[in-house]
Amino acid sequence: MAVISIEVNGKKISKEVPDNTLLSDFLRDGLALTGTHVGCDTSQCGACVVHLNGNSVKSCTTLVADCDGSKITTIEGLASNGKMHPMQEAFKKHHGLQCGFCTPGMVMSAVDLLQKNKNPSEQEIRDWLEGNICRCTGYQGIVAAVKDAASKM
Amino acid sequence: MANLIGARIERKEDKKFLTGKGKYTADINLPKQTYAYFVRSPHARAKITKVDHSKAMKAPGVIDVFTGDCVAKDKIGGLICGWKIVSQDGKDMKCPPHPVLAKDSVNFVGDHVAVVVAETLEQAKNAAELVNVGYKIQKAVIKTEEATSFENIHEGIDNNLSFDFLLGDKGKTDEAFSKADKIVKLDIVNNRLIPNAMEPRAAIGDYNTSTDELTLYTASQNPHLDRLIMSAFNAVHPEHKFRIVAPDVGGGFGSKINVYAEDVVVAYASKKIGRPVKWVAERSESFMSDNHGRDHVTHAELAVSNDGKMIGIKVDTIANLGAYSLVLAAVTPTYLYAPLLLGIYDIPTACCTVKGVYTNTAPTDAYRGAGRPEATYVIERIVTEAAKEIGMDQAEFRKKNFINKFPHQQCLVHNIDSGDYNAHLDKAIEIADYKNFENRRSQSAKKGKLRGIGFSTYFEACGVAPSAVVMSIGAGVGLWESAEIRFNATGNVSVFTGTHSHGQSHDTTFAQIVGDKLGVAIENIDIVHGDTDKGPFGMGTYGSRSLAVGGTAIVKACDKIIAKGKKVAAKMLEGKPEDIDFKGGEFILKNSNKKKTIGEIAFACYLPGTFGDVKSPLPEGVEPGLIETSFFDPSNFSFPSGTHICEAEVDEETGETNVVKYTVVDDFGTVINPLVVEGQVYGGVAQGVGQALYENAHYDESGQLTSASYMDYTMPRADNFPQIKLDYTCTPATSNPLGAKGCGEAGTIAAPAAVMNAVIDAVGTDVSMPATAEKVWKALKKNGSKKAAA
Repeated sequence: MAVISIEVNGKKISKEVPDNTLLSDFLRDGLALTGTHVGCDTSQCGACVVHLNGNSVKSCTTLVADCDGSKITTIEGLASNGKMHPMQEAFKKHHGLQCGFCTPGMVMSAVDLLQKNKNPSEQEIRDWLEGNICRCTGYQGIVAAVKDAASKM
Repeated sequence: MANLIGARIERKEDKKFLTGKGKYTADINLPKQTYAYFVRSPHARAKITKVDHSKAMKAPGVIDVFTGDCVAKDKIGGLICGWKIVSQDGKDMKCPPHPVLAKDSVNFVGDHVAVVVAETLEQAKNAAELVNVGYKIQKAVIKTEEATSFENIHEGIDNNLSFDFLLGDKGKTDEAFSKADKIVKLDIVNNRLIPNAMEPRAAIGDYNTSTDELTLYTASQNPHLDRLIMSAFNAVHPEHKFRIVAPDVGGGFGSKINVYAEDVVVAYASKKIGRPVKWVAERSESFMSDNHGRDHVTHAELAVSNDGKMIGIKVDTIANLGAYSLVLAAVTPTYLYAPLLLGIYDIPTACCTVKGVYTNTAPTDAYRGAGRPEATYVIERIVTEAAKEIGMDQAEFRKKNFINKFPHQQCLVHNIDSGDYNAHLDKAIEIADYKNFENRRSQSAKKGKLRGIGFSTYFEACGVAPSAVVMSIGAGVGLWESAEIRFNATGNVSVFTGTHSHGQSHDTTFAQIVGDKLGVAIENIDIVHGDTDKGPFGMGTYGSRSLAVGGTAIVKACDKIIAKGKKVAAKMLEGKPEDIDFKGGEFILKNSNKKKTIGEIAFACYLPGTFGDVKSPLPEGVEPGLIETSFFDPSNFSFPSGTHICEAEVDEETGETNVVKYTVVDDFGTVINPLVVEGQVYGGVAQGVGQALYENAHYDESGQLTSASYMDYTMPRADNFPQIKLDYTCTPATSNPLGAKGCGEAGTIAAPAAVMNAVIDAVGTDVSMPATAEKVWKALKKNGSKKAAA
């Protein structure tokens, strides 16, 4: 067991967790933040992407014990004061989601792309999102959304 | 509010998903919940010699362990084939027993043997390791084409043959072939796919010991059907005490139609232990135990005359059903497949046989398109080869054979009500800049790339389905749909649909229909689905049926609302019902300025008595309330069609293939929301490209699924696609008042043929799906490419 102190979506949390607790399980089961989804067992699908100290990580293969002292942002923490983040708005505008399951990870990943590359080309967007699988959209609406969000952020 | 039909409106459901507030089955946690973990067969085929769970029962946290003996003792029924078909000798198809927990034998890797229920998931998993199952391993049959010559894997099913189906006129077709100038022959393997909805399946059984009510939360495309099957066939619980909730569901693609063993077992286990039992599939479990799709081996022949007319087609297919027959396992490769082999061509005669065979692999069933992608692949591949062989331009050859008068009774089954095939082909050729293709081919060649172009002019039979038709060919239920429109007294509206949205955007598009018909703002319309306790019985969502069938039920319910509203308005406006017009949400007395809004009428409908000066606005004989229910059973299928044109580039040195240009022109009839329809097509095309280039469910010789993770099963990703260009033509459907034909499966139906025709055009020799770099490289080498040989 380890006692960890972390900040999740701006709230400071201190909790004792078993050493093998994954960040995704901690968020979903421990904090009821079920917006972070688990779509595979192999760190491939990206539905579980959150931000760890501002960088996108796959929370299904991150041990929460390794996150002691860090800041986590999940999909639930992206909107501020009830107003959706420009990336969330862009996904809505361009129909970048259908069933919604991959969406939280996809949005968190896309937000990180724009943090690192303010004006990505279409190919750069597609290459960056290669770690997030969407079965519904064919990615076309997603790519359009990221382009549009880049022009607004 | 008028003109909402056809409007590009952002989705009402998006915000909850974008802010992490979606509620999928795995997100639900109930008080006193327990966790289930399934013990699955590691062998493709074995006799079970014992299931000893005594050690597991003593493991920490374990509440109970259930085995095949338990469910047999409690008379829990097995899983069913819901649509049985008849072989050409007149005999019923053969279905092996399919217990929810295996008792005597296992028949594929992942087959369910026992379930451990414990306080935590970790405890359930650990205890599952202690369940000692004795297996007498037997030799397994995996390959589709080897099934009929292998020993019987199920008792009493000779040659592992479930059915030998025939559609068409053999004599007439043989005669046509005897007169043909050219017979084009093609052998085709349609690769086995795994649907891979991004939300893994999940189920929670929740039995209330005091009220005897059972609730099952499950990721399903059709909760009412699930409840019917689980009550009537699995004998889990009586229907009136049984509620099934399919909350937000993360994609279906056919893989969430079936009642699965896990659904039945968690419901059963919850009754046994009196606590909620939760199961969530790991991805590898999804790979192993979700229904797979496709898996055909086909020989096709097309008879052609010298003047470029198709005069007959013969197709013989072996369809791999896997280890058991699931709900739509038999209809998918027969009635959903064989009639579609004619494509959109006026072929006067056809003969198709389909052998449905059992193997020691995961059961197959409907996967997006279900039979129609397989058929489209056959006809669009062979038509392309035929054009080549007779030396005609492939677009011209298609046009020469298109059906061009409607309605058109095809020689097999379908009576196609409407279409204009030249229109979408011409438009697609224009958008794709077909005439300059050879220039692009030359430019690619300069970069060391082989460029090819492929067409796929498809149609599909959607809007499943006219009940009388499908029941006459074996369906266990009719496939009508229900809708209920419930006006609240304050004027807002709840619309209950028997369809289910798991990405299809019903919250928005159905609200558009109701808003358009009733003049209510879509913000004030709530679409309710996915809970058997809320709306009337409905059949669910699959087969591109939601709009054409479910949407029409909504329209009919709207009509009833308007009819009743006119009676009430007539009394309030002191006129006759026949003198009341309804437009834009207002009931207007003809030749007057007197009118009432539908909100006022709704409120009035809830005031049946006298209160002070207010006298009831309800005319005599009119019941209070404003709630109307409608059931719609279509008169025919709907027939979307379209043209896909794909250009692919093949790297001559590595065999790597990329789609570089993709054009779609679809005729879906009336489109409610183009934004949503485009999304359906883009996603469908991506799945079709996935089948053509990347995806393959692979079993090794012993029956181990070697593609059971995203490390091994190649899913199409964002960097695999160019921008798809999309446009429409429109001939409205005549089988429903909306004129809607359906759009959910079209992309997946058309794309594999378009992509493979392009790849084969580039490579110059046949390549099978998926056209991986290795396969293409080998094909290039065989075809004499110097670079590939280097």
